[in-house]
Parts: sequence; structure tokens; C-alpha cells
Amino acid sequence: MKALLRRYFFVLTALAICAAVPAAAQDWIHTGSNLGSERIRIAAADFKLASNDPQAPALKAAFDATLYSDLAYAGIFDLVSKSLAPQATPGSPQEINLAQWSDAPSGAAMVAFGAVSVNKGRLAVQGWLDDTRNTANPQVLGKVYNEEATQDAARMIAHRFADEIVLRLGGGINGIAETKIYFVSSRSGSKEIWAMDYDGQNQHQVTHLGQIAISPRISPDNSRLAFAALDDRGWSIRMFSLDLNRLVSFPAGTAGGSNLSPAWSGDGAKLAFSSSRSGDSAIWVADASGSNLHRVTNFAGPDVAPTWNPKTNLQIAWAGGRTGEPQIYTMDQDGANVQRLTDSGYAVSPSWSPSGQFLTFSWNRKYGPGAPGGQDIYVMDIASKRWLQLTHDAGSNDYPSWAPDSRHIVFQREIGKHIEIWSMLADGTEQHQLTQTGNNSMPNWSWQ
Amino acid sequence: MNRINRIVTPVVLFVALIALAGCGNNNKNRPLPLEESAPAVTAPAAAPTAQITATPTLVMKGDQVQLNWRTTDANTVSIDGIGEVPTTGVKTVTPTESTSYHLVAKGDGGTVEASTRVTVNLPPAVVVPTTTMSAEQEAKAGIQDAFFDYDTYDIRGDAQAILSRDASFLVSHPELKVVIGGYCDERGSSEYNLALGQSRADAAKAALVTAGVAANRIRVISYGKEKPFCAESTEECWQLNRRAGFTLDR
Repeated sequence: MKALLRRYFFVLTALAICAAVPAAAQDWIHTGSNLGSERIRIAAADFKLASNDPQAPALKAAFDATLYSDLAYAGIFDLVSKSLAPQATPGSPQEINLAQWSDAPSGAAMVAFGAVSVNKGRLAVQGWLDDTRNTANPQVLGKVYNEEATQDAARMIAHRFADEIVLRLGGGINGIAETKIYFVSSRSGSKEIWAMDYDGQNQHQVTHLGQIAISPRISPDNSRLAFAALDDRGWSIRMFSLDLNRLVSFPAGTAGGSNLSPAWSGDGAKLAFSSSRSGDSAIWVADASGSNLHRVTNFAGPDVAPTWNPKTNLQIAWAGGRTGEPQIYTMDQDGANVQRLTDSGYAVSPSWSPSGQFLTFSWNRKYGPGAPGGQDIYVMDIASKRWLQLTHDAGSNDYPSWAPDSRHIVFQREIGKHIEIWSMLADGTEQHQLTQTGNNSMPNWSWQ
Repeated sequence: MNRINRIVTPVVLFVALIALAGCGNNNKNRPLPLEESAPAVTAPAAAPTAQITATPTLVMKGDQVQLNWRTTDANTVSIDGIGEVPTTGVKTVTPTESTSYHLVAKGDGGTVEASTRVTVNLPPAVVVPTTTMSAEQEAKAGIQDAFFDYDTYDIRGDAQAILSRDASFLVSHPELKVVIGGYCDERGSSEYNLALGQSRADAAKAALVTAGVAANRIRVISYGKEKPFCAESTEECWQLNRRAGFTLDR
């Protein structure tokens, strides 16, 4: 203990000095985000190449890289870096020497390993997860995959295997490696809806309307995409079927005024959106079929960006401008029990965490004419209204959207009029830029 | 021990990082003792400073604008297009077109420049019905756009005057139908700005309806910050983009 104290003397002194001065803004208070404080030390062995097919090495490389980055970015692991991991590539439980992985410098509690082979155009992967300290019965997981031998399939198998590992070791919460992110891109010349894998791979265009399409929101079952589009009559809520690959009818979304920012309830039964059809911008709710449309809010000024509590489907949060600059509010789905969550500044674009506990939103706490930058992503614990600032001093940040694991957030970051999509852990660490081409904005993380 | 180290190290380092960052900020505000006790040496001539403002920055052609400038440590001050002026002063000008007023202050410590820009809108043309004017040209000349303050959709004084003139034009041209577009500046969130643009266009429509224009002659579309008039990040440009803009509806 003495040694410890000596080691941290410097930082403890710094802390003591800082404690003597008044606390600054409460920027760094940790509200918690399902990210355990103790992370499991895990190693991902390079898989063994188990066939001589000329395609195999490239597919194995894609698989290894994808599995490694999935586990590194899961938010619950302390992944053994490649330089500390043993050089061995055990291809089966018989070939692994567990002590080699559990001893220093690797020090892994868990190790993922296996074999990749290609035979007659088929890609076969066998993957195992072993507990290095349970030498008597080490196997935690064993999976076999067989797909067409393509790069996409190699990445997809790695995502599936990673998700199995996360599910086993991450408190029963599904991994997100197989999820998608929908977003707006102008790289075709007009703003259209695009989709990509959660890690930024496989970016492809979904709508081809040639108008302005924004605010994509994928349905909880991944079958339909609601969004807002501008034509010469104004803004309407449109519905795109991913099963049929075409627009389908959503009559509630078109009746005059601006219809904006759709939001699915967690059970997929309802849509909330902003509409000014009655003469003032307000939050409206309809069944997913478009029937039972009714107005929920009745305040002067803009009301936009609803988001349902996906845990209960009984509450809605949104951004309202009735006091001037927009603030974040919550209410029951019938409009009762309105609560204001933000005290000041310019707060927009709320997204409710799948756990039901948190809102993430974009907030400029010093917003005003002439004020520089400062629009950042925050997470707020709804019950206590305590908040955590996730982005700092990096561009203008907006449209945060929770991943289904409540551990990750995707958002847009604008630097010098250039907007790209980023993701991060829900404590603000591990920020990754996912798009590089053109302007990409308004990301929406799929529910599964 | 090893295990404790593993847990404690990152936690303590993280907390310390924050602590140090906080401390750094505090120290920045404290003067260094060295500077306090440094002996005075002959100071070089102070560099001049200059400021110039125009009120208002958005006028109709023929309106007066008040220029205000203030300088320090300057010997000669001049404004382009006006000439040499006192080091601090006020002057009323009547710009006929959008003008940048550029001030140069020279002193022993150097030269400094400042400028301000006045945007001039064309006055409402005297409506003379002629056979050569298309309905569109006539409407363009007779209907003016209304402008808004930051993050509001209230009709301010100058916009009320413009909308009154627009309403009388529309009342005297009952065959015309119009679309009011609601526009916002680039600041803030695009979804929120679409709702705000809608509120601006709705407010302009309400003013026209109050002044006697039939509601069914007016359609409203919000463009938020999707279709800006002006792309620069300046107060002048932001003002031009905060508007209810008219086009003929066919």
C-alpha cells in the first residue's frame, strides 16, 4: 500500500490542490452508462488458416480484423493488444495452451480462437471462447459458420461471433456488431437516406427520390424506414419498406404544414412526429398504419424531434421552443405530466436510451448570437437530471442516437461546414469517424 | 497487489487528468509573480485599436445609417469613401447600395483596420401596371420579403411595415397566389430550424390574412436552413437568411 501511495503521490497532491479551488462546471460527472468499471481481459487469437484455397488468406484477414475491432469497441472488454498476445494460432480446443494466454504479458481471462477455411466457394469458420482459468472445463462457447466465400460474409461471421461473445460475457445484453446505422448523405447530389454497418462498412444508398430526404428512423423490426421529405407541397412523413424496396403509404404524414422528425415507439405500434397542420408546430401521434392520428402537445412555438421511452412506450421526450431557445421536455404519451429537463441554452435532438434510464441530446449551454461553437453531445440521467458531457472542443455535434445496447451512441460532427458521422461509447470515449465521403448527417441506430 | 494496481491505476490517472485540467484553467487566470516584480522598461508605442459599427445594418434604399467608430492610440483615421475622420466619431450616411465601411487607423505603434457592412434592400417599386411586365416581374417588384431576429418568429417593426405593403399589393392583385418560404440562418439544429422556419412563414401569413388577404391565396413551406440565400458565416449573411420569402404560386 505504501508503494501505491508513493506512486500516486503526485496525482493525489494535484487533486488536493484542485479540491481547494471552487469546482468548475460539472462537466465531468459520471452518470453511469452500463459500462462496468471492471472490464474482462480478453484475447482474440489470429484464427488458423485451415485450407489452401487462394481466397482464404484475404478472407481470414478480414475476419481477424473485424473480430478484433468488434471486441475492442464492445465497451466491456480489456482486449489484449496484438503485441502482447502469444504468436500461436490454435485452430481447435486440442491445440490451445491456455497457460500461454493466461500468463503475463497476455494475462487474458478469456481467449477467442478458431479456424478459417475455404472450400469450393464456401467459407467455413469454427470459433471457440475459452475461460483460461477454468482448465478443467474451459469452453464457454463453440460456434460453426458456413457462408458464401465473400469479404462481406467474412465480416458478417466475425460480427455474429463477436455478438455471441458479448452476449455471454456482457450481462445478457445483445452485442451490436450486426446492427445498422441509417443516415442522410448528399453524396449522390441530393439528400437521400443511406445505410451502413455499425462500424462504417458496407455504405449504400436506400432512397432515390431526387428531393430532400432527412430524419431517417428505422422501425424496431428493421422492416420499414420512416423519414421526412420535401416536395413542392412541403414536408411530409414518408414510409419506405425495406422488404419491398419501395415507398409505401403513410397517409397521416401528408396533410399540410410541415411534417417532420418521425419516431417509432419501441413496440413498433406507433409513430410520433412534428406537424404544423393545425397552424402551430406540435407533436402528433399516429398508429404505424397511419390511423388514430391525434395531437399531443399544445404550446406556442416549434415542437420537434420526439423520442419514445423504448422501455415503457408510455412517455415521449422532445425539443420545444415555447420559452425561446429550444429545451428538452418529457411528457406522458397523452401530453400530461410535462417536465422540463434542461435549464438553459439550446438543447435539441433527444434520443431515449433502450434501458429507459437516459436521454442523450445535443446541447449548447452558452448559445447566443456571436457565441462560438459549443454544441456538444450530453447524456442525462432522467430521474436525477444529472448530466455528463460526452464531446468536448471538437466541432458542432448533433443528432445523437443510442445503440440497442445502451452502451454506444452515434452522432454527427460538423467541422468547417463538413458534416460526418461518428460513434462513441456512452461515456464519450472511443470516438470513431464512420463516414469520410461527402456530407453525412442525422444518423439513426437500428434497434437490433 | 498487482490486481489492486490494475484497478487503481486507470482510476487515479483519470481523476488526476481532470484535476490537472481544472488546475490548468485556474492557473491561467493568475498573473505570474515574475511579471509583477519585473522592472519597468521603456515600453514600445502601444498598437492602435479600432472599432466601427453601423446601426442598423439592414436598411431600405434611401434610409439613413449611423456609423460609430472608436479608436485608441491612433494619429490618423480614415474611412474608405468618406476620407479622413476624427479618431472617434459618429456620422450619418445614406448608402444607395450594400456597402462595406472600412476604417484604417494609423498610430506610432502600427496600423489597424476595422470594417462593418450595411445591406441595402431595394425600395418597393412604384407599381405602374404596364403591359410589358409579366405577373412574376410585377409581383417581384411589389412584394418584399420580411426578416426576423435570431431564433424568433415574432414579426418585428420593419417586417410589419413590409408585410403591410405586401398585403396591399396582394389585395390590389386578387388574381395572384403566393408561397411563403420560411428560412433560417445556419446556426442550430436543422430539424429545429425547419419547425422555426414554419413558424416564421406562418407568422407572415397571419399578418397578411389580418391585413385582408384571403388565407386560401397563401401557401406556406419551411426551408429551414436547407436552401440558404447566403452562405457566409457572418451576422449580415445570417440576417439575410432569417426571412419569410415570397414566390408566386402557380
